[in-house]
Amino acid sequence: MSVIQDYQASTKTGKIANFVDTRMGASKMVKEFGRKLFPDHWTFLFGEVALYSFVIVVLSGAFLTFFFDPSMAHVVYDGAYKPLYGVEMSAAYASALDISFEIRGGLFMRQVHHWGALIFVAAASVHMLRVFFTGAFRRPRELNWVVGSVLLILALAAGFTGYSLPDEVLSGNGLRIIDGVMKALPVVGTYMSFFFFGGEFPGDQIIPRLYSLHIMVVPALIILMVAIHLFMVVVHKHTQYPGPGRKHTNVVGYPVGPVYAAKAGGFFFIVFGIIALISGFLQINPIWTYGPYDPSPVSAGTQPDWYIGWVDGILRLMPGMLGDFSMLWHIPMPWGWNALPLGVLIPLIPAGVLIVGMVLWPWLERGMTGDNREHHILDRPRNAPGRTAVGVAGVIFYCVMWAAASSDLMAVYFMLSLNDVAYALRFLLIFGPIIGFIVTKRICLALQRKDREIALHGRETGIIEWTPEGAILERHEMVDDYRLYELVAYETQQPIPAQPNNKGRVGLWSKFKAACSRAFYEDRVEPVTAQELAEAHAEHDQDRRKLQGSVGRTVQELEGKRDNS
Amino acid sequence: MKALSQNRRHPMVGVALLLLGLLLTGGLYSLASNINSASAYSQADYTSADNISDGETLFNANCASCHGIGATGGPAGPSLVGVGAASVDFQVGTGRMPLQMTGPQGQEKQNQFNEEQTMQMAAYVHSLGAGPSIPEDEYLDADHADVNLARGGELFRVNCAMCHSASAGGGALTRGKYAPTLHGVEEEHIYEAMVTGPQNMPVFSDSNLTPEDKRDVIAYLKEFETQGYPGGASLGSLGPVAEGLFVWTGGLALLIGFMVWMTTRSS
Ligand code: HEC
Ligand code: HEC
Ligand code: HEM
Repeated sequence: MSVIQDYQASTKTGKIANFVDTRMGASKMVKEFGRKLFPDHWTFLFGEVALYSFVIVVLSGAFLTFFFDPSMAHVVYDGAYKPLYGVEMSAAYASALDISFEIRGGLFMRQVHHWGALIFVAAASVHMLRVFFTGAFRRPRELNWVVGSVLLILALAAGFTGYSLPDEVLSGNGLRIIDGVMKALPVVGTYMSFFFFGGEFPGDQIIPRLYSLHIMVVPALIILMVAIHLFMVVVHKHTQYPGPGRKHTNVVGYPVGPVYAAKAGGFFFIVFGIIALISGFLQINPIWTYGPYDPSPVSAGTQPDWYIGWVDGILRLMPGMLGDFSMLWHIPMPWGWNALPLGVLIPLIPAGVLIVGMVLWPWLERGMTGDNREHHILDRPRNAPGRTAVGVAGVIFYCVMWAAASSDLMAVYFMLSLNDVAYALRFLLIFGPIIGFIVTKRICLALQRKDREIALHGRETGIIEWTPEGAILERHEMVDDYRLYELVAYETQQPIPAQPNNKGRVGLWSKFKAACSRAFYEDRVEPVTAQELAEAHAEHDQDRRKLQGSVGRTVQELEGKRDNS
Repeated sequence: MKALSQNRRHPMVGVALLLLGLLLTGGLYSLASNINSASAYSQADYTSADNISDGETLFNANCASCHGIGATGGPAGPSLVGVGAASVDFQVGTGRMPLQMTGPQGQEKQNQFNEEQTMQMAAYVHSLGAGPSIPEDEYLDADHADVNLARGGELFRVNCAMCHSASAGGGALTRGKYAPTLHGVEEEHIYEAMVTGPQNMPVFSDSNLTPEDKRDVIAYLKEFETQGYPGGASLGSLGPVAEGLFVWTGGLALLIGFMVWMTTRSS
């Protein structure tokens, strides 16, 4: 301590820095964080994009709070937008219109907020896919995967609560669907809906309540979760792609300070710039066209923002009748009939499966691989065919639901029958993931075989050489050692057979696990071993020598001829 | 410039003059015909015997194969007795009739008849039984002093948006049927659509929506067309789907481009 106090800085900046440092110990923090290494790969930046767009959404949202009035009090609009002049509406909608037409820069800020939100959730989703397909969620990072999943769900909550605030017909229709889904739940449904809306839908409570959630509860939770998320990234250190010199025990990359920090700072402004450009040139959510919310009108082409689309889509896909079998059941009760709308309840199952499957995936995979080691080196997706295939199946499942949310637009713009679009999507919802799984797994295995081929025999150059003896050989170009390392350094998983329990019996559950494990890992391409490599290379060297020998001879013969003539 | 003044009778001058003349007459003609377009024909035209008989000739040549002689219904078309002049003017004026092919819904195409011929067929159908007639100019005038835009908007959202969408961009109905976009539809045809209810559209009779109400709706739709997009390019007015599509294509592509650029420098 005394050493630090004795230190006298010679420059003015030095003095200020020293003053702060002796009181806050900032140099220790800089030392700790500034020396953290970050590997450099573009796919590692999706998380950053999500973080930066969140910051931009918070900043623009703060601007909106100055002018937005989250109240459902009735007012008569007397603002600048002519086609709504004199219309009765809620104060919330009127103030959102004022932000758009009267507050200087308000429309731009609304658009920044909304485009930023769309990009925020998109970036977070792609970030999640990157983590999944590279296996970055494996031990020790499973908990961070769970935190990330919670963040994604919170992002959806932030988006949905925000989308509903302006209180126009479009978002009101969305709330009406939420109300319907709540009321469909047996026994508790009606109570839940009344509790949520503070009475019969829509009531006069919902906008202020959503507002509290949207600007306080949800963002605070997001910020908390982001802090935990980033803290864990620092504790675990970042993963890296396989490469020469990259081990489980090291990180190859740039230290945070100064280069990486400068780059990251610059990147923030790039993201900001892109969002600002988009917001300046492209209109988003023109709330004035939808009119004030009123439960009677429902507009064609009503869709939620993209990240809620999949839930809307699965509701659309669910048939209300299957032949003569109605999905609306009436359960006799002592006090009369209770309705059980299976058409609304059944879609909750696939949605739940997708979310629970996502959260639990690290454990599901471990159940099948039995692999409980730490992993700091990422998998190339092709080197984990089972996981990659499940990922693609999940993406297809999600995308079919997502596409179903725009079934009406597909019907109109591609001149199709709305019914046929629904039939096709229902078929795809069930068979798409299965086909996707099989095809993806085959593609991965084929790519692995190609890698193996290249490692052993080099790249085919397409140059055919003909030796004077008449042998025809294609010239193969050996890959350099760096590339070679990437091609051969991976692990495969063996399927684990069903394990007997402590009574010595093989239970159904463990049979099921074994079946999954087999489906995932039975077919596999083992990495090239050092011995195989040595043998293959020896063979090629021989070929090459033969070829070189004969070429040498040809030249001599030619020269001999010239000498003779 | 110099070359032009020296060579006054440039060979292209004649062509240019001709073009100018054509443009002028064309422009004047379209101006004149625009002024008259709403309803160039008075009620009297529908009762003139000449027009009715000319209309009958046209009808027998072009429409009777489906609608039957005397328009009493045929193998491939309904009876037109009592559908009114407005229905003919709408169906023929928007190019729906003569129907090109059967399908879930008759399609619009290039108008096959000029205004006079349309009027004559309308007069003929009108003579077979009274029905809604072609609207008066007064009810088509979006700039009329009594127009109430906000009311038009409310009526539109309550009566039309469920099929045509809030932004009037159109929407899907079952089995390949659809409500078309209303952008760029003429005032006269909007009115006639409401009053006759073509195909899967319901009829909005005068007791439902008074002629003044209809005018408000028309004015609202026209305002929509002319107000433009305050927030920038509209992405087709398709709402959240187009916005999401843009984020996942253009938006992410832009970001990824920069991400790759940020990280290639070093390796
Ligand atoms: C290929 C057969 C076909 C031809 C040719 C045809 N129509 Fe039609 N028309 C139909 C059918 C089918 C309908 C009913 C469905 C519809 O409205 O599209 C119809 C409907 C109509 C209606 C609307 C009736 C109503 O209830 O309001 C009018 C008006 C009409 N046609 C006029 C004409 C006129 C005028 C012509 C000639 C220029 C013509 N059609 C030629 C098949 C035809
Ligand atoms: C039940 C759905 C439905 C409702 C409600 C509805 N329409 Fe339509 N509308 C249609 C369909 C379907 C067509 C296409 C008819 C055809 O092609 O013959 C159509 C056609 C039109 C057309 C002709 C468009 C063109 O391209 O020529 C206009 C104009 C129109 N509607 C205006 C309105 C107005 C104004 C209202 C509200 C007062 C309204 N519609 C309400 C279904 C509807
Ligand atoms: C702390 C951060 C945030 C604040 C203070 C905030 C504030 C606001 C306010 C005041 C509105 C209403 C104004 C209006 O509708 O024009 C709004 C709307 C909205 N917010 Fe937020 N918000 C925040 C975070 C988020 C996040 C994280 C998301 C999405 C992931 C989001 C998505 C939306 C959306 C989609 C709207 C509707 C915008 C529109 O009107 O078009 N917001 N927000």
